[in-house]
Amino acid sequence: MQSKTSYIIGFAAAVCLVCGVVVAGAAVGLKEKQVTNQILDRQKKVLTVTGLMEEGAVLTPAEVQELFEANIKPRLIDMSKGTYAPEDAVDIATYDPEKASKDPSMSTVAEANLAKVQSVPNLHLIYEVQKEGEVAMLVLPVKGKGLWSTMYGYVALDKDGETVSGLTFYQHGETPGLGGEVDNPKWKALWPGRKVYNDGDVALKVVKGQAGPVNEAPYEVDGLSGATITSNGVTYLIQFWLGETGFGPFIQNFTKGKA
Amino acid sequence: MALKEKDVLIDPLFNNNPIALQVLGICSALAVTTKMETSIVMSLAVIAVLALSNLSVSLIRNYIPSSIRIIVQLTIIASLVIVTDQILKAFLFDTAKQLSVFVGLIITNCIVMGRAEAFAMQQPPKLSLLDGLGNGAGYAVILLAVGFFRELFGSGSLFGFTLMKPVTEGGWYTPNGLMVLAPGAFFLIGIFIWVLRTWKPDQVEMEG
Repeated sequence: MQSKTSYIIGFAAAVCLVCGVVVAGAAVGLKEKQVTNQILDRQKKVLTVTGLMEEGAVLTPAEVQELFEANIKPRLIDMSKGTYAPEDAVDIATYDPEKASKDPSMSTVAEANLAKVQSVPNLHLIYEVQKEGEVAMLVLPVKGKGLWSTMYGYVALDKDGETVSGLTFYQHGETPGLGGEVDNPKWKALWPGRKVYNDGDVALKVVKGQAGPVNEAPYEVDGLSGATITSNGVTYLIQFWLGETGFGPFIQNFTKGKA
Repeated sequence: MALKEKDVLIDPLFNNNPIALQVLGICSALAVTTKMETSIVMSLAVIAVLALSNLSVSLIRNYIPSSIRIIVQLTIIASLVIVTDQILKAFLFDTAKQLSVFVGLIITNCIVMGRAEAFAMQQPPKLSLLDGLGNGAGYAVILLAVGFFRELFGSGSLFGFTLMKPVTEGGWYTPNGLMVLAPGAFFLIGIFIWVLRTWKPDQVEMEG
């Protein structure tokens, strides 16, 4: 069909308008549900990494919410001082450390590191598991490069500040079946009980092959076969975030009761 | 040429399968078929996009200026894909997370664009809708077949339920590593095409 230029432009504008309205409508209309899903997903991960919720358990959103609110308290950490930040520093309900780490005014550029972390937010958000009014566990967010993607997850530490209670990843793009096994419950089950620090340095690492039970190899975890780079990525992100560059200072202060 | 509604719907399943005969849409067929669950959701997403894009293109086919028809089709397809992606994120969050970019990449799936340009631009809305559903189903058949074998032999399970307990979990089955990687899907699609062309020899291309 041959048409006049004005008709073509008019038609194109009409198509854009209709499509624009449809897309915008869907995005705005579903936004609330998507955000709820995201928050719920994080809460589930925090609950599973601390063992409060079983891996693969099916709970309704209300149950997850209830379990989360009853046991877990989000806290802000001042990364440069290694202490708790004042409660009113930012609105904790809406604060997104990931967003902050991309804003130069709210983050500090990290020195070149093996986990390939570009910057650390000045204020970071951790979760504390409360038991009888005391902190029983710390849930620390970690991230770092694997083979293809940045892996985002949580490490749960016992209140002694050196024993791992759990590790989980909530977002990654590693090869399914190989590096993607960082998500495998069987592999994640190898982590609880391992120790992080030896003589003050982060000694915990993923090794090639089998590491053995916790009492024989407290600082080592089995490697993922066929996924050396992803395994190394996990080692590097543990070293970065639990070491001096990450939550190390806070964990030291915390165990001395000075955080 | 009058097309029968039934043929339009059924033909793309085996006689004129978009993946097996036309060899379109391979990229996503490799990427999302490691598990049945993702294969099904991806299939449904493609069926929805394909049917609706065919329908909408067909409805306005007599008004689309031919000089900008491709970009108009693309705009419609892209909008539908974004809406589908948003719906998945809202209602099937966990699966949407696994499908990651591949829902967005339906935009570049040649089947969708190909049907809009080759069929919906000439045919009335009802036939176009059926053609979209048929081709989507043809895509789904391959995805589900590939997903079935990849999950069964790659992880020893179906829909996440363990059928053959892998040695990594204390069972007897040694998972086939090839199946979880993209080349495994290539082999399976190749075998599928082979079987299909043995069954229907008229699909074999002329040599020379």
